Amino acid sequence: MAKAHSSSLITLTEPTVLIQARRHLFDLDLAGIWAYRELLYFLVWRDLKVRYKQTLIGTGWVVIQPLMTMAIFTVIFGNFAKIPSDGLPYPIFSYAALLPWNLFSSSLNRGGESVVNNANLVTKIYFPRLILPLSSVLSPMADFAIAFVILIGMMIWFGIAPTVGILMLPIFVILAICTALAMGLWLAALNVRYRDVRYTIPFLIQIWMFASPVAYPVSMVPEKWRWLYSLNPMAGVIEGFRWALLGNQSPDFSVMAISATVVMGLLAAGMVYFKQMERTFADEM
Amino acid sequence: MNDIAISVENLAKQYKIGLANKRHDTLRDFVAGGLRSLFNRNIPNKFAGSQRSPSSETFWALKDVTFNVHSGETIGFIGRNGAGKSTLLKILSRITEPTSGVAKIHGRVASLLEVGTGFHGELTGRENIYLNGAILGMQKREIERKFDEIVDFAEVEKFIETPVKRYSSGMYLRLAFAVAAHLEPEILIVDEVLAVGDASFQKKCLSKMHTVGKEGRTVLFVSHNLSAVTSLCQRAIWLNQGEVISDGASQQTVSEYLNSGLLMIAQQEWPDAAVAPGNDIVRVRAMRLRAEDGRSTDVIDIREAVAFEIEFEVLKPGHVLVPVIGLEKDDGFCVFVSHDRDTEWRRCARPAGYFTSTVYIPGNFLSEGRFVIGAGIITEVPFRVHFDVNPAVAFQVIDSFDGDAARGDLAGQMPGVIRPLLKWSNRFMPDQLQSAVH
Repeated sequence: MAKAHSSSLITLTEPTVLIQARRHLFDLDLAGIWAYRELLYFLVWRDLKVRYKQTLIGTGWVVIQPLMTMAIFTVIFGNFAKIPSDGLPYPIFSYAALLPWNLFSSSLNRGGESVVNNANLVTKIYFPRLILPLSSVLSPMADFAIAFVILIGMMIWFGIAPTVGILMLPIFVILAICTALAMGLWLAALNVRYRDVRYTIPFLIQIWMFASPVAYPVSMVPEKWRWLYSLNPMAGVIEGFRWALLGNQSPDFSVMAISATVVMGLLAAGMVYFKQMERTFADEM
Repeated sequence: MNDIAISVENLAKQYKIGLANKRHDTLRDFVAGGLRSLFNRNIPNKFAGSQRSPSSETFWALKDVTFNVHSGETIGFIGRNGAGKSTLLKILSRITEPTSGVAKIHGRVASLLEVGTGFHGELTGRENIYLNGAILGMQKREIERKFDEIVDFAEVEKFIETPVKRYSSGMYLRLAFAVAAHLEPEILIVDEVLAVGDASFQKKCLSKMHTVGKEGRTVLFVSHNLSAVTSLCQRAIWLNQGEVISDGASQQTVSEYLNSGLLMIAQQEWPDAAVAPGNDIVRVRAMRLRAEDGRSTDVIDIREAVAFEIEFEVLKPGHVLVPVIGLEKDDGFCVFVSHDRDTEWRRCARPAGYFTSTVYIPGNFLSEGRFVIGAGIITEVPFRVHFDVNPAVAFQVIDSFDGDAARGDLAGQMPGVIRPLLKWSNRFMPDQLQSAVH
């Protein structure tokens, strides 16, 4: 009977496991992650369940948070500071940017804390550690989906039709997630050894937001610095969102391609670094 | 059935001293250390000194450990705290990497270094079964199939939709163990799981472990409970300071362990609070055995009372702390367990500071031979073990042949783990004998 069921245990993907000091820098064990996909699913599921269980209005926060930010931005940047919004109503101009921005910032935030926050798992159970940052960048996708429905409502209200660029939207979302994951991997691994990292993450996110066209249009950035500015992948993502949904001027795809390449490089390096550091995670917590 | 399930060759693990207590570096150290520290600072260096030496900042938690485990074997690991047992299990569970050496594992492994890993208080019993199952390596449909069985085993049907934060500690443990007990790996690695919970829970765990062993699975089992090791395992390995001292039939290994000179301990002290067993609430500072005249001793006359002291430091006030001891015979048989019932601190939260808790074991109570006391501090409600040191002290009781102890004038063997001087009385009834003759 034991033999009949043992095949369903996913702890090991192959019958024989060799345990020794890891020698190869580029041994990322992606097959292991695939074998543990159900754990990935359950960790995302836990994240969502726990997050909305104890709050009074549950998922309502997913909607209220960007709407409130939008209202504050509209009053301060739109009305007081009179920041231009490329001819669009300021509320929808900022909301369309807050959507990918919140996805990115909460993914980055959770990703950076993922290993430290799951110390109890890391010190007691084996699983591919990459699952932790992966699951924490995925769970904000649910919030994103809900907040997106509100955007559709606002587009109908303001009478704005999306352009064919909407087909590009998944690519922008993937780029935002990859950027968050790339940074999150580095921060998560560093966070285990240097707990100061935890305090730098909110700063990083704040500075990054001001370096991204969330509250203002790219057209406000001086022409000669535009190329440098566009290297920020989130600038491309946010511009892309406005272009796809609101019919704004399209982002510079050649610059976006460069920053996407940089992100992929950073992501690959982040994985190698994370795998290298994970060997001592359990010893350091 | 005789094929190798696990083969371990020259396994060694080096730790940086201070990694455990000075938890993490700061970015400043990192900047000062330069970028070279960014990648892996634990470069294997076998020549860094065998034990803790002041010149090197490392020590070997495991040194050249070699053994094979045949499939279907149940094998126990024994040794003092810090002997390397847990490090070994962590390496075999792939939680941490060895510094050098190789281990080969043939078969699917599940490791149970703690019950309820990943349990979340906000989630219901049902949700936690799925989550914990997934964490332990079960697939969703497998959990679905076994769900009723797990709930049954845990006896929590009525509370299955209740968040586990409302569970009593007993229910919580039962549920956690139930999930783990329904894993069906080929190799099961278990560490000190039985150290928690009440007696009936422990009994349930033990009988489940028995079943697992009988089903032909390979079990690796670490415990301070030596009688559990002898009853569950055919074979035991004794580790000391990271090295295999003895490897053989469990009865034999256990008695070797208990009879070794290493195991006559009158007292233990932890001058450095940072490395003393405990947590951020309470840490032990010393444990010692005192004879009636106050001297610390490991040899006691059978007629003499003996006092066992636990010195501990409460770091965080506001917790009800109960010192406990367990007294075992040298073959691991548990003679008794005793919890501090001193009315002064019963159910009272303790303030921060230094305490000495003393328990008195009367004279004319234990039989002659070697005994071991394990001691710790727990909180009873909700159940939590703050630390557990076993052996804390080990001592020899010697019988007197003066004729005033329970032995009287008997010169030969006298069995039994206790040898109380009980009251006897006699009545002489000559009349009754006469009537019987009539």
